[in-house]
Amino acid sequence: MAQAVRMALHYGEEYLGVTDVFGEDVGPPLGGVFTVTQGLKTAWNTPLDERGILGTAMGIAYAGGRPVCEIQFCDYALNIMDLFKIAGNQRWASGGAFDLPIVVMTPNGAGIRGSIYHSHSFESFATRLAGWKIVMPSTPLDAYGLMLAAIKDPNPVLVLLPKALLRVRGEQLIPGEPPDPDELSRMIDAPIGDRSHWQPQWPPLEDYTIPLGVANLVREGSHGTVIAYGRPLPLCVQAADELAREHGYSFDVIDLRSLFPYDWSMISHSVLKTGRVLIVNEDTEVTNFGEHLLRRVIDEHFYDLAVRPRTLMGKHVPGIGMNQNYELNSVPQLGDIRTAMWDLATEPA
Amino acid sequence: MPETHEEPPDFEDELRRRATRTAAPAVIRSGREAMSVELALTVYRQMLRTRALEERSIKMSKSGEAYFWIGGPGEEAFNVCLGLQVHKGRGPAYDYLHLHYRNAGVLLAMGMPMIDHTRQLAMRWTDRHSRGRNFVGHYAVPEWNVVPVTSVIEVQYAMAPGTALVQKRHGLKNPAENEGITIVVGGEAGAAEGDFETCLNWSTRPGLELPVLMVVTNNRFGISTDIDTVHAHRPIADRAIPYGIRHETIDGNDPVIAWHAIDRAMRYCRRERKPYLLEAMVSRLHGHSSSSGAQRNWNEVDPLAQFEQKLLDAGAIDAATIRTLKEEAKKEADEAVAQTMKEPEPTREDVYRFTYAPSPVDAVYPHDYTGLPGRPELPHP
Repeated sequence: MAQAVRMALHYGEEYLGVTDVFGEDVGPPLGGVFTVTQGLKTAWNTPLDERGILGTAMGIAYAGGRPVCEIQFCDYALNIMDLFKIAGNQRWASGGAFDLPIVVMTPNGAGIRGSIYHSHSFESFATRLAGWKIVMPSTPLDAYGLMLAAIKDPNPVLVLLPKALLRVRGEQLIPGEPPDPDELSRMIDAPIGDRSHWQPQWPPLEDYTIPLGVANLVREGSHGTVIAYGRPLPLCVQAADELAREHGYSFDVIDLRSLFPYDWSMISHSVLKTGRVLIVNEDTEVTNFGEHLLRRVIDEHFYDLAVRPRTLMGKHVPGIGMNQNYELNSVPQLGDIRTAMWDLATEPA
Repeated sequence: MPETHEEPPDFEDELRRRATRTAAPAVIRSGREAMSVELALTVYRQMLRTRALEERSIKMSKSGEAYFWIGGPGEEAFNVCLGLQVHKGRGPAYDYLHLHYRNAGVLLAMGMPMIDHTRQLAMRWTDRHSRGRNFVGHYAVPEWNVVPVTSVIEVQYAMAPGTALVQKRHGLKNPAENEGITIVVGGEAGAAEGDFETCLNWSTRPGLELPVLMVVTNNRFGISTDIDTVHAHRPIADRAIPYGIRHETIDGNDPVIAWHAIDRAMRYCRRERKPYLLEAMVSRLHGHSSSSGAQRNWNEVDPLAQFEQKLLDAGAIDAATIRTLKEEAKKEADEAVAQTMKEPEPTREDVYRFTYAPSPVDAVYPHDYTGLPGRPELPHP
């Protein structure tokens, strides 16, 4: 997925007018702590100053540039919440006088043994920021398509990258991507050691844009609706496949992809069909974006539900502990998801 | 509130109206600085207009025509001199302005009609800056590169490097358009926020210095807190020293001093493409805002009265002309308010408007925000 984002940013630089890709360690020699920005011609390093990063992105956009900036870990975005609020309200507050076409990307969530300050989830904070659009891919192809949409959209867009999936290879190729992963790596991954003379060889990439607000129905079924995004999504798919194979229970698994605006139409149709809903994410449960979706399900589909709708979320604890017994017991894992889906499908109506 | 607070003590008026020279001078002087009489009268008139607008604005906040007033009475000298020297226009060839909420004098001097200010104060739909959404003095003028003013103290310093970066690049590519600078204005209290340091730091990356004119108008108070109790007894401008930024602290109540200090700072930023920190000591004549009563503080130096006396002393103006100019300014402000109060207010239908720019890649909000996804509460106009 890191390569997919990198290729999207390259496409953005070449064809969509991206003028600056910047953040802490984003430029050479490192190209990002997750290698997401290696080899990009407009990438540059900033001081270690998140407020300066978002503020400067806003300034560049005011002056006609198209910036993509990175907050190195979403945990570090908490000291710029007021700037997020301001960026989200510039158009509204100025009565339409100023558009603010900026993209902020940041790695999100647990799963890399990142301990207390590299494992947090940000989507519940982020979706409270009116005026922003928020996306979170779960596959490399979606990461490519959502990043292109984020760049094309003339509003502030936050791209949350599930950090546990950044090293995962996709099942579908990005248009223009060579089928041999080793060949792609030779082309666009910076070499270990001295990189001062290295230049990437970009594949002939093509446009592939996933519209904002369009979810992906990744599995179809009749015994329940599972709504997820980001890191837990592939776990939900795996659990759905296992339950279908072993027990004959099938699920609609919806990859939301775009958290705001979200695809209410797809959610609504699926709930009408199954009458059973489970919402899964890894953010802490008080107060969680999934609870908003749950509220709408209850408000608008109360009488369509066969059993109580439910959520599976991260535990309300101050952090993800380093010892894996902390993480495995506070962030939803495959077993937790499978159990919740089993309960959803088997509870008597 | 007792009316007596709005009127100056008697003795001042008597002293002020007497000119001491008869021949009209060519220049107005302050120490070694001088300003042509023609320019001095222009500055004076803009200061008068600004004062008249601010005083009318305070009245609006007390009469129920508006809820809240905040502004810059006491900063007219500096703000007018700044506004008159801005290279105004749209895009990176011109100056970008990241202002705060005490800058009516800057905008009036640039040519903003008074009614653009009163419409915002009275929260009208015709308010061009915010459609009745923001506090007064929270301007947003894209055709003059005035980016939206926020109430959040000092965030503008974090944004200034961005516009300056684009301007520097633009100038390198287009040598004929290499004089646009970014002007960022804040108060001394806000300089305690980290964003102030962000601007100093981001503007001085080696080889990548940015043309940012950082202005601090120092009125010595953050709401009620005296700077002497929360900041080292050193000028704010000294904060430029570790970054090697050129800096100066001036008497911002003297238009002759202010004019030349701004000219020097702008010239440096325009030509050297590097930052400059200018601290102007100013007065705060009506307190922080209407929330603290907005009563006149007669212990502060009044830059308008001081300049008026200087012009009288120099024989550059007479009492009758002053009276006429004041009446004109007051009439202009009254007329702006009268017209403003006839204009429509925003309605329920306007709540969501202007949230999102039209987007070809958004399936839910291709035009603008319409409420929660999948539930269009209001039709798109």
